Amino acid sequence: MTTPTTGSNRVVTAPSKQRRIGDSLRAFKQRLSDGDLGSTPVVIGLIIIWVVFQILNPTFLTAPNLVNLALQCAAVGTISIGVVLVLLLGQIDLSVGSISGLAAAILGVTFVQWDWPVVASILLALTAGAAIGAVYGFLYTRFGVPTFIITLAGLLGVLGLQLWVLGDDGSINLPFDSWIVRFAQQMFLPDVVSYIAAVAAAGLYFWVTFRAQRRRAAAGLGSMHITETAIRALSLLALLGFGSWYLNKDRGIGLMFVLFVMLVVCANYMLTRTKWGRSVYAVGGNVEAARRAGIRVNRVYISVFMAATTFAALGGILAAARLAAANQSSGGSDVNLTAIAAAVIGGTSLFGGRGSAWSALLGIVVIMSISSGLTLLSLDSSVRYMVTGAVLLLAVIVDAISRRSRAVHGIA
Amino acid sequence: MPIEDLHVVEEVPLFSLRGVTKNFGAVKALQGVDFDVYAGEVVAVVGDNGAGKTTLVKVLAGDHRATSGEILYQGEPVTIDSPADARELGIATVFQDLALCDNLDVVANLFLGREVGDMALDEVEMEQRAWALLRQLSAKLPTVRTPIASLSGGQRQTVAIARSLVGEPTVVVLDEPTAALGVAQTAEVLNLIERLRESGLGVVLISHNMADVQAVADRVVVLRLGKNNGEFRVPDVSYEQIIAAITGATDNAVSRRAQASTEGRQP
Repeated sequence: MTTPTTGSNRVVTAPSKQRRIGDSLRAFKQRLSDGDLGSTPVVIGLIIIWVVFQILNPTFLTAPNLVNLALQCAAVGTISIGVVLVLLLGQIDLSVGSISGLAAAILGVTFVQWDWPVVASILLALTAGAAIGAVYGFLYTRFGVPTFIITLAGLLGVLGLQLWVLGDDGSINLPFDSWIVRFAQQMFLPDVVSYIAAVAAAGLYFWVTFRAQRRRAAAGLGSMHITETAIRALSLLALLGFGSWYLNKDRGIGLMFVLFVMLVVCANYMLTRTKWGRSVYAVGGNVEAARRAGIRVNRVYISVFMAATTFAALGGILAAARLAAANQSSGGSDVNLTAIAAAVIGGTSLFGGRGSAWSALLGIVVIMSISSGLTLLSLDSSVRYMVTGAVLLLAVIVDAISRRSRAVHGIA
Repeated sequence: MPIEDLHVVEEVPLFSLRGVTKNFGAVKALQGVDFDVYAGEVVAVVGDNGAGKTTLVKVLAGDHRATSGEILYQGEPVTIDSPADARELGIATVFQDLALCDNLDVVANLFLGREVGDMALDEVEMEQRAWALLRQLSAKLPTVRTPIASLSGGQRQTVAIARSLVGEPTVVVLDEPTAALGVAQTAEVLNLIERLRESGLGVVLISHNMADVQAVADRVVVLRLGKNNGEFRVPDVSYEQIIAAITGATDNAVSRRAQASTEGRQP
């Protein structure tokens, strides 16, 4: 057999060298110049937004304002986690606002009017959310109707359901002394606990990363130098510690915000460390490839839709608790589009397969910062909508440009 | 020529198709096709467009269910109704479009659908095994943590072939593996194919490229209009004979052209 033997005896082995910090920085720069931007633009954007608003109004970065900002982020941010999941599949859910409204209505009616225990009300609301997702998943996988249309129908249908559940009352106030309302409005991490949590989080990060990197080094794979691990852990500690200290000057870190961040961390873990998460990215990247690889694509779709609508329901419950009321406009107005915009602004691609759970957190902080900053400047919501719209447009343009840049650099 | 005289290595074929027919409505894509794959050989399936090559692949891969006919695995009748069945029987298929996820890195693609790890993914184990696989194929890749999108066509083909080996198959089916590749990359893929044969796998090579077929195949099965139209051992057959079997005649455009040019040279 005479075949050309180009490169047949050149064997590439695993690079077993340990990365120095300089290597990591260079790799990061390379990724940026290739158009693999990740969360970098939104972090830079957030810093710019904060600096500008602080210059325009010195109360913007004060502790009381930031405490409120954090609480404002939690409800819609939770909805946005679900939107990220759906966007990762390259699909969309336009009905998250309505679902959050329905969840609020169910909470109001069962908890206040029927005197159910609050936990039972919450469970029923979450189950209703999951059921709607199951229906979406069934319709999509069975009939192949575009999710844009399914969830547009859902937006109207679920809104109707919300009004029907609320009945003639239209508005139900949740008692201020109830656990759920206090959780959303008045419960904050005690100072000591917040510092312990900061140390614990940084310590956990260091320990987990250090062990993983040591295992990689032992296996002869490229690994991170311990100095870099330490620097990352210390930066995390500094960020969390300083944030806690600053917010503790006022009321502190709201428990609802803590819940939101924990949900983001969980979602991130599910997406990056489990088979399910891997299959979500695979389906979003190339559904046919995922199918041929033996992934049960329909299950992925249904599970993601159910997760997204459940997050939407949970967000609705949090919003109702924060407002201490469920009414006909719960989940209405701009909730829907804010949740979707947050995911996109945070860096999750509309084209599927790219993004992370963190974009829900980053995106909602950007949107709520703009909202809070403009409110402090006593500009009304007309300006707020226009500015948020412009930022969303900017985020989508950045997404499209970085996609093109990746294509140019051959890493579409 | 009886098939038994042709095989190279072993008596019992790994897989045999006997009288396999596949109809798409009124279209008869395969009509009573016989086909064998033996361990440690490269068998090429050639034929013109519409000859049924891809349908044959898809029957083996479990994408299409044969309308009638028998599939034997080491002499025992089996049914292949789904890609999962094919995979369980040890048939790995590399499709022409490669079916890779551009947004995932090499390791993730190699282990897609059969990730290692119970609760959490075991990235270290997967990356180690990825390197081992690529080394086994003497494949050139700068890193396994780069998204597929940043790889060249040949590298993607390499990843796709490496992925077919993750499930430790007995037969690897390659659908037009060199169709979109340049000269050097084609040579690399042909090297890979030889390495698969050396490791004792049965390799089914679907190709339009006679040079590739003659370079690596041990046996050539010719399909024409959904039927067997000849089967040759590569060392015994000429390019013209294969072309004749593909086009169904010794008198065809290719042979006339060859003849014309020979005559032209002789005064």
